[in-house]
Amino acid sequence: MRHIMADQKLRKIAPSEVAELARFKTALRPASDHVAESFLEVEQLNLFYRDNVQALFDIRIAFPERQVTAFIGPSGCGKSTLLRCFNRMNELIDGCRTEGRILLENRNIYDPQVDVAQLRRRVGMVFQKPNPFPKSVYDNIAFGLKVQGIKNRRVLDEVVERSLRSAALWDEVKDRLQDSALSLSGGQQQRLVIARTIAVEPEVLLLDEPASALDPLSTLKIEELIYELKAQYTILIVTHNMQQAARVSDYTAFINAGHLVEYDATDTIFTNPANKQTEDYITGRYG
Amino acid sequence: MNSDRNRQWHDWWRGGEVFVWLNATAVAICLVAVVGVILLLLVRGSAHFWPASIIAADYAVRGEPAETVIGQIRDRETVSLEQLTGSGIELASSARQVERILLQVGHREESGEDFRWLVVPWLQQLRYPSKLMLVERREWGNLYGYLRGLGTATEQLSLTADLAETDPAEEELLWRAFQRSIARARAIDARIEALKLDQITDLNYQLEQLRRRQLAAVADNRKAVDKTGLERELAARRSELVRAYEELQNRLEQYYREIGEDSFQVLLSSGEIVTEPVANVIRAYRPNALGFVGRLRVAGNRLWEFLSSQPREANTEGGVFPAIFGTVLMVLLMTVLVTPLGILAAVYLREYATQGLVTRSIRIAVNNLAGVPSIVYGLFGLGFFVYTLGGSIDQLFYSEVLPAPTFGAPGLFWAALTLALLTLPVVIVATEEGLARLPQSLRDASFALGATRLQTVFWVVLPAASPAMMTGMILAVARAAGEVAPLMLVGVVKFAPVLPVDGNFPFLHLERQFMHLGFHIYDVGLQSPNTEAARPLVYATALLLLAVIVALNLTAIRIRNRLREQYKANDL
Repeated sequence: MRHIMADQKLRKIAPSEVAELARFKTALRPASDHVAESFLEVEQLNLFYRDNVQALFDIRIAFPERQVTAFIGPSGCGKSTLLRCFNRMNELIDGCRTEGRILLENRNIYDPQVDVAQLRRRVGMVFQKPNPFPKSVYDNIAFGLKVQGIKNRRVLDEVVERSLRSAALWDEVKDRLQDSALSLSGGQQQRLVIARTIAVEPEVLLLDEPASALDPLSTLKIEELIYELKAQYTILIVTHNMQQAARVSDYTAFINAGHLVEYDATDTIFTNPANKQTEDYITGRYG
Repeated sequence: MNSDRNRQWHDWWRGGEVFVWLNATAVAICLVAVVGVILLLLVRGSAHFWPASIIAADYAVRGEPAETVIGQIRDRETVSLEQLTGSGIELASSARQVERILLQVGHREESGEDFRWLVVPWLQQLRYPSKLMLVERREWGNLYGYLRGLGTATEQLSLTADLAETDPAEEELLWRAFQRSIARARAIDARIEALKLDQITDLNYQLEQLRRRQLAAVADNRKAVDKTGLERELAARRSELVRAYEELQNRLEQYYREIGEDSFQVLLSSGEIVTEPVANVIRAYRPNALGFVGRLRVAGNRLWEFLSSQPREANTEGGVFPAIFGTVLMVLLMTVLVTPLGILAAVYLREYATQGLVTRSIRIAVNNLAGVPSIVYGLFGLGFFVYTLGGSIDQLFYSEVLPAPTFGAPGLFWAALTLALLTLPVVIVATEEGLARLPQSLRDASFALGATRLQTVFWVVLPAASPAMMTGMILAVARAAGEVAPLMLVGVVKFAPVLPVDGNFPFLHLERQFMHLGFHIYDVGLQSPNTEAARPLVYATALLLLAVIVALNLTAIRIRNRLREQYKANDL
């Protein structure tokens, strides 16, 4: 029964390519029984801002584990809003209200019993502009652990090094760990923020246009990093840059005016989109 | 041609150069104002310290025989002839304007006046005799004249009253002996002051504490059994203290006898010779004989006295140390009270409260509090803090000495609290602005890492906003240090030689009254019996108050700049 429902959902999302769909299904749902559901799944999500302005309409989507999914769409379409639903950051906005469910490993993250702080440790987020704390490089990375009450210097040292290595930043900053994080370049700052995020060992990484404020070289580094991080994390990325989406993602979702228009393997979306809107947007004829 | 000029004019106008000039003028006016204030205070204030030359002259009012006048010129002005005639001075002069000088002639006990206005045309034979001396006295102000004699326990020196026949060598010898005598008197005086201020004050304090314990013992009727024992113990302690007190009194009297031994004779402008006790002399010098360095030394001496000692002669002479101490201590106490309160309030308003109508109203109310006249705060402090809160504290903790108030009277703590209330809006507004300026992304970053709101506020928001808080503190300090009106109601007095900090437990005596530079200016300038003489002192005190405020501000600014360096955030 569940399988059928899921199939319907998938079909609704990506009705086009049967072969791709099959590949997607295997990626989403390995044959073994105990992972019956997909890793991260959105069910009938509606989101309203203040004064009942609806920003997301009945979003249904499921993400495979340890893959990169890109959200594309015109400005103000709601892709960032959708991204912020996964770690409940929208709750920080006055008057914002969410309906529906998001399942992370079969548990609704909007359940009243869920500890939001705990959830945010599992679902890390990197923002559009680098936002390191005005503290030292070291303290930036250690912040997430200190929040959890970890004070052991050895543990902190180890995590700081490991995170910086994972974010490909270690060699550049290992001699200036006590310098202010703000003395780093923009690209380094963004990688620092990524390192800070993965220091708390999340399962999902939300990247909200992580490279839009960076120069091409820094952008390239971030993209390489995303490619490497894919091995350990489920990554959702919002991007304005089509080429970037094509380069880094395995799956792509096109969102327009708060609706999920099309969701499919990235190759399919970019070479053979099923929806006319998607095609127009990708080929630059949108608007 | 005309249209060409018009166009030039038009271009010039449109080019905006007018506006640049306008702006520059505004800046220039501000600069002139600031520099003017400081220059005025410097010039007028330094007159208090600088030993001006003493003039001697013959002053012949028309139709009367000439008299000799001696003194220091303190002011000069030009007045119209009619004005002089109106005040009863008939001048046979063709000039419409007449110059007159204000001469400090001293010897106030004789005429009751320290100063005389003299019309310049009547002054003759202006001269600066190098032997003229100025004696600064503990009472009755300055004395101008020629030293004629000195009497000590062991020797008697005297010179002839005729200045022309005086042997210069003998006069010099007398002068040296006089200086030695003054030095001896000052040394004894220092011992007297130390005895009075330290030991006798301490003893008084202990006696007072003892009296309180006795009163408390009487009031406490539960433990009737061991009361006699306690009473006996207290009485023993009391007689011990009284004995110590009497011993100190004896020593004090011994000092007084010693200091009273010496006396000196002065030839005054009137030609009479008066005998004065040396004990009354602060210092004596001959400004006309002093070179620049000598005068500088005297000025430095007087400046040091001004900064380090207590006021004399109804505040018109001596120093302002208790006022400096009181001002700084009160401001520090106020800062300690207002900063945490203001920051907590601002954090609630900005970080926790829902930004709605209520929050907005509160914010407007807080902003408006900054505009309430300070005297209103003074009244509130007196009515609520002093009488209500202080009265309750007295009822609860100091009931044994009632009706004598402890905290139920104006004092340091209530003054600091009142000023804290006064400056609270400043701190709240500045902190709130700092919090509002912090990019939301900084908070987002913290939340996204799983930090709670409390952790975010304490570990990210507050450190990053600390420069703004310091700015609030700086503004609060600047405002509080210059405030006088409310203080008059809640704790400042014109004379309080006992500092609020001393060696007796609990060391900081919050209930004590204190002196304040701002109030000191008001008191000396307007309330003293000898405003004319005190005017330079007013300017000097004002300059000092400015210096204290600037010093407090600079300290705070330094701290802020350090914080700003540490926590400077990205422009997000």
